[in-house]
Parts: sequence; C-alpha cells; structure tokens
Amino acid sequence: MTTSVGGATEPVGGATEIAARVRAGELSAASVLDGALAAIEGRDGELHCFNSLMGERARERATEIDRMVEAGQDPGALAGVPVALKDNICTRAAPTTCSSRILEGWTPPYDATVVRRLAAAGALLVGKTNLDEFAMGSSTENSATGPTRNPWDTSRVPGGSSGGSAAAVAAGMVPVALGSDTGGSIRQPAALCGVVGVKPTYGVVSRYGLVAFASSLDQIGPFALTVADAAAVLEAIAGHDEMDSTSLELAAPRCSEVLDDGADGLRVGVVSDFLADASPDCASAVRAAAEVLAAAGAKVDDVALPELLHGLSAYYLIAPAEASSNLARYDGVRYGLRVDAPDVETMNARTRAAGFGAEVKRRVMLGTYVLSAGYYDAYYAQAQRVRTIVARAFARAYGHFDVLLAPTTPSVAFAFGSKTDDPLEMYLADLFTIPTNLAGHPAMSVPFALGEAGLPVGVQVLAPALGEREMFRAAAVVEAGAPPGVRGPVGTRSAR
Amino acid sequence: MSEQLSSEAVAHIARLARLEITAEESATYAGQLSAILEHVEAVRRLDTAGVPPTSHALELRNVLRADEPRPCLERDEVLAGAPRAEDGRFLVPRILGEEP
Amino acid sequence: MNGNGSGSGTPAGAPARAGEAGVEGYEIVVGLEVHCELATATKLFCGCTNAFGALANTHVCPVCLGLPGSLPVLNRRAVELAIRIGRALHCEVRPSTFHRKNYFYPDMPKDYQISQYDEPINVDGYLELPDGLRVGIERAHIEEDTGKTTHVGGGGRIHDADYSLVDYNRAGVPLVEIVSRPDVRGAEQARAYVSELRAVLVASGASDGRMEEGSLRVDANVSVRPLGSDVLGTRCEVKNLNSLRSLGRAIEHEAARQVALLESGGRVVQETRHWNEAEGRTSSMRSKEEANDYRYFSEPDLVPLIPDADLVERATVGMPLMPAARRKRVAALVGDALGGEAGAADQVATVVDLGLDDLVVAAVGLGADPSLALRRAANEAAQRPEEARRLDATAFSDLLGLEMTSKLSSTQAKTVLAELLDHGGEPEEIARRLGYEALSFDELAGVVDDVIAAHPAEWERFLGGESKVAQLLTGQVMKATKGRANGRAVAEALEARRG
Repeated sequence: MTTSVGGATEPVGGATEIAARVRAGELSAASVLDGALAAIEGRDGELHCFNSLMGERARERATEIDRMVEAGQDPGALAGVPVALKDNICTRAAPTTCSSRILEGWTPPYDATVVRRLAAAGALLVGKTNLDEFAMGSSTENSATGPTRNPWDTSRVPGGSSGGSAAAVAAGMVPVALGSDTGGSIRQPAALCGVVGVKPTYGVVSRYGLVAFASSLDQIGPFALTVADAAAVLEAIAGHDEMDSTSLELAAPRCSEVLDDGADGLRVGVVSDFLADASPDCASAVRAAAEVLAAAGAKVDDVALPELLHGLSAYYLIAPAEASSNLARYDGVRYGLRVDAPDVETMNARTRAAGFGAEVKRRVMLGTYVLSAGYYDAYYAQAQRVRTIVARAFARAYGHFDVLLAPTTPSVAFAFGSKTDDPLEMYLADLFTIPTNLAGHPAMSVPFALGEAGLPVGVQVLAPALGEREMFRAAAVVEAGAPPGVRGPVGTRSAR
Repeated sequence: MSEQLSSEAVAHIARLARLEITAEESATYAGQLSAILEHVEAVRRLDTAGVPPTSHALELRNVLRADEPRPCLERDEVLAGAPRAEDGRFLVPRILGEEP
Repeated sequence: MNGNGSGSGTPAGAPARAGEAGVEGYEIVVGLEVHCELATATKLFCGCTNAFGALANTHVCPVCLGLPGSLPVLNRRAVELAIRIGRALHCEVRPSTFHRKNYFYPDMPKDYQISQYDEPINVDGYLELPDGLRVGIERAHIEEDTGKTTHVGGGGRIHDADYSLVDYNRAGVPLVEIVSRPDVRGAEQARAYVSELRAVLVASGASDGRMEEGSLRVDANVSVRPLGSDVLGTRCEVKNLNSLRSLGRAIEHEAARQVALLESGGRVVQETRHWNEAEGRTSSMRSKEEANDYRYFSEPDLVPLIPDADLVERATVGMPLMPAARRKRVAALVGDALGGEAGAADQVATVVDLGLDDLVVAAVGLGADPSLALRRAANEAAQRPEEARRLDATAFSDLLGLEMTSKLSSTQAKTVLAELLDHGGEPEEIARRLGYEALSFDELAGVVDDVIAAHPAEWERFLGGESKVAQLLTGQVMKATKGRANGRAVAEALEARRG
C-alpha cells in the first residue's frame, strides 16, 4: 500500500477504498498485504511501531479472501484491509505482551472479540503494536521493548499509551489500527501523530480480550487516516457482546451514514476552560475548527466546565486502584515470567519486581494505597464522587449542546525524556481527555493543524453517551475544513 | 496538608502488592507517590456532600447468561504458559501462609 | 419477616451448657459460616462444567483461569438458586452488587475473588431448628470458589510441604456463603444447625449437600463467656471441619481450650485456628505479619443485580416446602396429641427427614388416624425409607384403618406393613393370606378373665384407680393372645370388665 522507504509515502488508498477495490476484484488482498509488510519492514527498524508481526495468519486470510472474491462470496466489509492491533489485545497463538517483561512471549489461547470481528470482516491482522507497558503512560516510553518514534520527528514521542498503533498509521504502514483508551491513550497519540483516533461510548465496543488496565474506563477504538475509515472500523468492531457484562445491548452505531450530513443546526460548545491550559497552537486550532463548524451552519458558543479539570486527580486515584487489582494476577504462577524462590510469596514478589517497569509499579502501589484500609473513603470513594460531579457537568453542557470542541492535548509531541523525570508532568498530558473516560462518553481527535515545529495538532470532538453519530458528523466537517498537510501518512522525518 | 508517605508505609504497601523493593527504591517511591498524592489532594478537599459515587458509567442491570455449558480449553492449552507444572497441575513453591 | 435470634438470652428448648466437659460455668457461643456449592450445570461466571472429580485442569477456560483480557458474566441459574436459599431462610432478598476481595494465593486465578460485600443479595433471615430454636441468619451472599491446592511432601500438610500443585477445575464454581448470627449454643446445637441447614439447601434444590465432596463447608466462630453474662467473649474462627462429627468435636475442644485459658488468667486472642482431626485439637494458623486488608471495591466488570418480582418469581416457582414447614404441617395434623405423646416431636422430625411426610399427610387426608399414621411411619415404615417413599397412600391408610378398628393387632399390622413395603399389594388381602383375624370380643374377654384370675392383687389396684397397673395387665393379655390382640381393644375390654 505504500511504495517507498524513508521518503514520503504514496498511499494506495484508505481502508474503505482498499476494501471496495478488493471486494470488486480490482485489487488482491495478497498484494495489499505485500505492500503493508514491505512498508513495515522498510521503516519499523527505525520507528519500532511493532512488537511482533502476524504475517502467516494474515497471509492465510488474504489467500482465503481472494478465493472468496473469485468465488463470488462476500469477503466482508473490510476485505483485504491491513490492520495493526495494540499489543494488549489478545490474539490467539500470537504473542500478546502488553510491552511488559512479565508477559514476554505469552501467547493467548483465544482471540479478543474485536479480533474475531475484524477477521470476520475480512481484515488482515498484520501485527501487534508497541505501547506503554500495560497501557500506563502517555508517550510509549514506558515500554519494555523500547520506545516508538514519532514519524513526524523521530526525536519526539508518538504519544501513548497506543503510540505504536498511532505511529504505524501515521507512517503509512497500515491504513487503520486498534488502540485502547483509558484516559486518552487513543486520542492523545492520534493528535501527536496527525491521525484520527476514536474512543467510543463505554460499552459500545467489547472489552473481552482487552488486557485490563482500569476496567471502568478502558475502551478499544480505531486509528485511521480519515474520519470515514475510522467510522468503517468502528462499525465492524462495535456492538453487543455476550462475553462482556458491561457491553451495551445495542448494534454498532452507523456512523458512516452521517459523514455527509454537514453541520447545519448542530449546537457546538467550545470548552473554554481547557483552552487556557493548552499551548497557543493547540488552543488556536480549536478556535479555527470552531469557525469551520460555524461556517458550515453550526451554532457555536463557549461553555465553561471548570469541574472537568478535577477529573485528572480523580482519574489518578481510580485508574491506579483498579489497575492494582487487575494486575494482581501477574504472579508467576500460571503464565508469563517467573523468578524462582523457595516460597510462593517471595516468588510472587520477585517475579513482579523483575517483570514490571517503574511506572507500573508506581501505579500498582498508588492503587493499593488508595484502596487500603483507612484510606478508601478519603481517596477512592471521594474520587468516585468527583466522577459523578464530572458526569453531571457534562450532562448540563449537553442540555445546550450536541457536541463539544476542545484541544486534544496541551501541546504538540514532546521530546524523548523531557517528561520522564516527573511522573506528574506526564500525567498532565491527559488533562483534556480524561474527563470523557470518567463519564463514559465518546470522543475523537481529528488532525487539524500543524503547530510548533511543524508538528501535528489535533482537535477533539466530544459527544454525550451514544452520541457517536453527532460526533462523527461534526468530525467530518472539521476534517473537511482542515488545511492540507496536517495529517499522515508521512515519511520518516528526523529532528532538525 | 497531604499525606506524606514514609518509606515504611511504602514498604508495607509493597508487601500488600507483592512487590519486592529495596530500601532505596522504597525511599524513591515514597517521594514520588507523595508528590502524586499531594497533587490529587485537591480532590480530597472538594465538597461532595450528597453526591453519590459512580462505580459504573452505565445504567445496565441484571446482565445474566444461561446456565449452559460452553467449550473449555484443552488441558495442554491451559498449561501451555505454565512456568512449572507437574501431573497436569500448576506447580508452585512452598506456600507459607494459610488461605485467608 | 425477620426472625433474628437474640444474641444473649438462652433460646427456648436449649439448656445452658453448664455440663459440657471442661466448660462448667460457661456458655459456649457459636456463629457458623457455611459455604454451599450451588448445583448449577456451569460455573458462576463462565460456561465451564461445574462437576466434582474431573481430571485436573480439564474444566477451565480463559475466564475461570483469569487469563489477561477475560471477563465474568453472571450465571442466571446461580442467581435463582441464591434467591431460593434466601427465601428458604426467610431473608430479605434485595438489590445487590459485587465486590472484589483482593488477596494473593495460588488457588486464586485473578488474585482477587469476586464476592459480595456491603450489598449482599440476602440479609436478615433465620433458620428454625427441629426443637423450635430460631438461629438468625445475618446474610447469604454469592461468591466464586477458588481452585484446589495439594501440598506435596511433608505429609500433605501445608507447613511442611516442599511444593504445591494447583488445579483450577473448582475455580469459579458458584458458592453461597451463609453467615449465622452467634445464636447457637454449644456443639450439639451447632450440629443441629448444620444438619437442618443442609436439609434446607438440599430441599431448595440449591445443593446436593455432599459434605464429603466439599459441596458444603463449615467454619465455626467459637467464644465462651461466664453463664449469665450477656457480653460476647473473644471468638476464634475454626476451620477445616469436614464432617458433623468434626464440627462437634472441634467446638467442644476449642471451648475447653478457651475456658482453660481464661481460668488460668489468660486472654483469648482473636485468631483463626485449624482443626486437626487426627490429633483432636485446634492449632493457631501461621498468619502473615499484617492482617489481611482485602481492599474491597465495587467490581467494575459486573453490573448490579436487581431481583425484581419477575426474577424472584421465576427463581422460586415450584420450590417445595422447607423442612420446618413440613414438620409444622405434620405436627398440625397430630395437634394436641403431639404434646402428650412421648417422642412425638422426634417422630415428626424423622418422618420429614426421611421424606415420608407426604405419605402421612395423604393417609390422614384419606381418613387415617393422625397419631397412628405418624407412629407407624416413624417407627416401622422408616426402617425401609426407599420403599416407604413409594408406598401407596391409600394402602397405608387402609392398613391403619384395620388397626384402628381392631381388626388387626398392632403386631399383625406391623407385619402386614412390612409385607406391603417389600412386595406391595392390599392390606386386607395380605392379612387374609397371613391368616390374621383379630380376636373376637368373646375370645378376648375370656383371656382377660384368665389374666385377672392370675393377678388378683393387680386387679384390685386397677379397680382402685391405679392407671400404671393397667399397662401391666394389658401386657399380660397381649402376651397370652400371642399378639393377636389389639392394644386398644384390650384396654376397652379391661374397662368393660371393671364396670
């Protein structure tokens, strides 16, 4: 699908285009796969988007799809589309490591529901992408397999935790990828890499097979180069799943249908509190996007939601608490790393000490503390109440607006090592994305501008629960109004 | 005034969380965790009187499944990742504590 | 309807335990925690088979193995059975949520157990024992079971083992944990409680009641206090009780241990103790430095359970009467006679225990005398409970009628009953075949005269109004007739003779 190494890429087309052409017999799935694998091989050495490849399984699938097309059978809505999967999504018989030493080489005996659905739709699952260990981070620097580099500037981070997926799409290796978003881990890297990233309403996409970080916040979602492609992937993976008790009893939202609806009459609220905390380039991008929407007929106004800023603190109590429990199972007994010791308690402790990186340990300990006797009420229970306050603030806003507009990140991509000394500084990267997870709402980042040092700036569109259609509608307008050159794919660029 | 975590407190937490850390690490983490807690201190001071906690974003209730068997894993799949196994079971070194 | 047993006063029907070995002057207070494995086809959160005895690790899936990415989905039948248990124990069945109980142990696939904490499904009920005592039930909640660990080396005891092996077949099996209030007094009552609870759990269909297979596991919280005190003493939890016998022995031993401690000026330390059946004593379990901090929080992977009318209705439809209700039903038939007859309460309990109460109720419905029906069922039919459960109520009622009208003596009736149970048939036909006819009145009168003549002194006393001597005379008549006389007929004949 891409044709050059190191230089600017020449995409064959996005996901919807590939699928259409494969279905029509114009393009073979095998050749699409060849292109993707070649692009990966050419550039992943430098970027390290991938932890592992699933070439063989993809090859088998491509052959099958081409056969089906030949035989006049329906090969699926995403036939022949190469997809990369964040390495915290379980893939049967293929390593799923969460970029952690403790799961080095672990291969699940089962597929996540989203994996089954993508496969059923004819997608080619080409490989597993790098992430911050156990999805904890905002830069993909916390990976036990090494960092992923931002294709726009390889001295900078791609964002996190789904940095590998974002960068793979941005670099033109694959047209679409899946990531997971707990506090912004899809949207933030999407913004830093100049691609589209979507977090759906909590419960719209099944979590079965997603290695849990913070169960009440985690959601799987797509990365793509276009809003249309993101909609197509979301439609393929979303919808009720009986294996997930928190899965909503609904079919997938039909977002592709609304992409040409325009913004006439749409009520758009600009979250003014966030603008104050964003860098000038990120803030002005939001204003510019607002103007695009207004010009398209939307009613745009500012909205003050100061309560949302408390979300960061509540998140850094709730998420680590749930994570400390979700990560307890990594004890060296049933799978993964084991460091031997004379007794099981010591074996557990040494295994986890050796297997977890520093950020994971920090969060596990913070979470353990927050839940422990004597501290539960002051911290965890209080954070859950703040969560209600955030949800209510949103509810008030959505009484007057259909969608909200906000910066996705406080700044463009930052340099490696620039925030790793102080965990708190890193946490601030999620300031604008976290409230959405707390409320369980959908939100997406759309590449809209180039900011400081010519790096991508994303604009965030937020909607109320199950407001995916309005969200995509607005996003499509914003995308159409963006200047050229603001989004991927890009050839690998080194720092100047 | 926020909670300043001592090294001892961190050592205790590490034991609860089954994480073996050195005394030096204990001190380092104590500092970092204290800083984080100080930052989230703002949350503690918020007036949340009368606000119910949210544990689930959704309004789902009574999600149940039928009591019908589904295929399970083959034994060798179950044991495939086992660091040590014997006799079809997972082997662990001596257990010191009794089951709570 | 709440039936909280009081925590202090002596319950009706239960003597203070002053006489139990080694605990004179003290009262033994017991609270019981019973874990009941539910008789579902599959596990609590996944579709793996719920069965005992399979080859290790062959009933395991990503969910019950706790593999990364797995999620729990609640078993509807488990909820129904939990509701049945709650109803059977007169609990309030209410909206509930699930919580995670976090702790590390090799038999815990996730190193947390999904359980219920401050919002359990059933609260505030009671269990009525056969002697009428009501033991309060604090709660009965749903939780998942753990895997099983076997310790290798060092005689199989955990402390001396070289290593351990874990089987996760049992991990995720649905449990209901039933926690009683500390209303039980002493070992015997504790056994009665567990026995009755087991009967309730089996009757409600929730459990197969096989303690030996681990379907029912009991832990006892034991404390002592001086007689007359209403302050609870410090309790110890005793674990590893695998049978009713162990339960009784352990409670007695532990109570004696605590009393000895107190008498010598010591204090009872609150701890968990392990019962050693072979050595006949409890020992302190080696606990970790810090007490268990379970860090309970609401389970984010499950949603709340609201037992609406529909769910409760579907859960309890067709639920049979519980043992206590069945005992009341039989007792009501017998009525006043129950109080007077020695052992009648025991007869009621036996008949219900063996599932013969339907027979008794049906026979009485057909006109049989209630006391006689109860007696014959409890004493004779109970010898062959399997056959008795299949006995036709009409045949039983007919037989009882023959005995009541003196057409058959008691001895003869019992023989016919045995024949009925073994080979079926009709009572009249069997009696004829066996050559039974009751003594004619004249024949009986003749025998009575002979007996009176042989026991003049006793006859004088009988005429004088002494009732006890009547028994002796009756016995002599029965002996002389070689069992062909019916007890009532003899009594009537003696009365007639007096007149």
